[in-house]
Amino acid sequence: MHRYKLTKEKVIFNLIAGLYLSLFAVLCLFPFLIIISGAFSSETSILEYGYSLIPREFSTAAFRAILTYPAEILNAYGVTIFITAVGTGAGIALSTMAAYVLQRKCFRYRNVLSFLFYFTTIFDGGIVPKYILMIRYLGLKNNVLALILPLLINVFYIIIVRSFISSAIPESLVESAQIDGAGEFQIFSRIVMPLSKPILATIGLFMALGYWNDWFNAMLYIDDRRLIPLQYYLYKMLSQITMLRELVSKVPQLTAVTPPEESFKMAMTLITIGPILLLYPFIQKYFVSGIMIGAVKG
Amino acid sequence: MKAAEKRGRGAVRRDRVLLMMILPAILYYIIFSYLPMAGTVLAFKNYNYVDGIFGSPWNGLKNFRFLFSGGKIFRVAWNTLAFNTVFIVVNQSLQILTAVFLTEIGSRYFKKISQSVIFLPYFISWVIVGGFIYNLFNYEYGSLNTLLRTLGADPVDMYSDVGAWKYVLVLVNAWKWVGYGSVIYLAAITGIDREIYEAASIEGAGKFRQIFSLTIPLIVPQIVTLVLLDVGRIFKGDFEMFYQVTGNNPLLYETTDVIDTFVVRSLLQLQDVGMSSAAGLMQSLINFAILMIVNAAVKRAESDYALF
Repeated sequence: MHRYKLTKEKVIFNLIAGLYLSLFAVLCLFPFLIIISGAFSSETSILEYGYSLIPREFSTAAFRAILTYPAEILNAYGVTIFITAVGTGAGIALSTMAAYVLQRKCFRYRNVLSFLFYFTTIFDGGIVPKYILMIRYLGLKNNVLALILPLLINVFYIIIVRSFISSAIPESLVESAQIDGAGEFQIFSRIVMPLSKPILATIGLFMALGYWNDWFNAMLYIDDRRLIPLQYYLYKMLSQITMLRELVSKVPQLTAVTPPEESFKMAMTLITIGPILLLYPFIQKYFVSGIMIGAVKG
Repeated sequence: MKAAEKRGRGAVRRDRVLLMMILPAILYYIIFSYLPMAGTVLAFKNYNYVDGIFGSPWNGLKNFRFLFSGGKIFRVAWNTLAFNTVFIVVNQSLQILTAVFLTEIGSRYFKKISQSVIFLPYFISWVIVGGFIYNLFNYEYGSLNTLLRTLGADPVDMYSDVGAWKYVLVLVNAWKWVGYGSVIYLAAITGIDREIYEAASIEGAGKFRQIFSLTIPLIVPQIVTLVLLDVGRIFKGDFEMFYQVTGNNPLLYETTDVIDTFVVRSLLQLQDVGMSSAAGLMQSLINFAILMIVNAAVKRAESDYALF
């Protein structure tokens, strides 16, 4: 009797859990499916029936339209790849060096600097002084550095790497290298860096994702078309098309003219998220482990 | 004596090398965090480009008077606090629920797949989320109205229904973050000794009882830490989300405008450096005060749980 009740409860529990998780997963997947379907639908079928999960009329017209003049989108891709590569590379190097120094117990300014770095996460000057600093004092308007510098160093990544180094690399290893006459920089580059590879890969992926998805700094600092990164390019595209359509709908004579807006927007979006969707299955686990490390130590 | 002196010199040299290694990070924080902190004096100045931040003339509290006289600041401050409070409650609850379900669900395969999918929204930029929202709610072709039409119902115009956006924002925010946040709880729950559950099971405690009497109490430290981290930015609006999800639509400002969108708009569109920096400084100070007070209160109750 007792046993039966238990299993019954288990069944109900599994049912609820399964339903909840399935529903949530469907909600998470749904927009992506709409985008993919919309990108491969003919414009007329979208205009007639709206978006749907499966293309009613399969068409690659939107992609062909985009690829007719690929210069701008390729340029945006180039900018994004450049800032992601340079920003992530430099960010990893500078953060790990800082992390290494901050975990050296013999370093005299260890506590002061740890505090001063951490303090920036609990109080900040806000966007306005930073904006004026970037433009008036550093002269970074329409400079690619304006897309790299704001995201370069993050205290949380320094903290994560610092605790990794102090827990995973035995102090005795560092000491014996010191006895052998190795300087601090050599110890860092020859011993600590190679041993920290897994954590560097993890924070590197977080940084790369941050750069890849950034559009805000472009909105603040970039007007020059040649320096517009992918996400901001997509944003401008989507909002311009919407604006254009609203304009057209107000002028009756123009409504007859309908460029392939809707499928075009979907195709543009798909081109932008494509790389992330393709890499997702392979990189996901690094993010999961990164969050766990951050949760334990942070 | 000599040995001590020698060790001293060695230590100084080593400190110097270490200092050189951390110098880029120090410079970075001086330039991009501490200079802007000093730059908050802008809130008390009549800024002009030529004289710069420190050369521009002081104008006392005029920027603040102007900020408060507009009246908008009270609404955006309230929106910011209200949204963030609801976000904390909804997201933390859903994250715990998701983590519990993921741990307890029978099938490993199902667990893996659903976790991967729920985590996916975290990887997408807000621009794309903004695109999703538009696809969903756009009056003519949006998925919502497509669905309503096939069901024979009347289409709805979301962009004229200001009140609905409160719920949209809460849902979208949960959609974006719950997958990410549940990972932390998942780790915490996985860390609990399974023997406790076996013992409870023998005692006759069912699944639901186990969750409420064992799992939840045992992850209280994580709950407190995560809520505290969120409270640490309770007066800061997520600019990217509010801007992109609403499409920066002026019709929706009443319910969706937060301090951050207000500040950026005042800065970029109105070019009002004085008022926007006054709003920004007020935001930073209040946020800092809230964090300090809450952290101190937590520290007093249970010092292990405090952030610092």
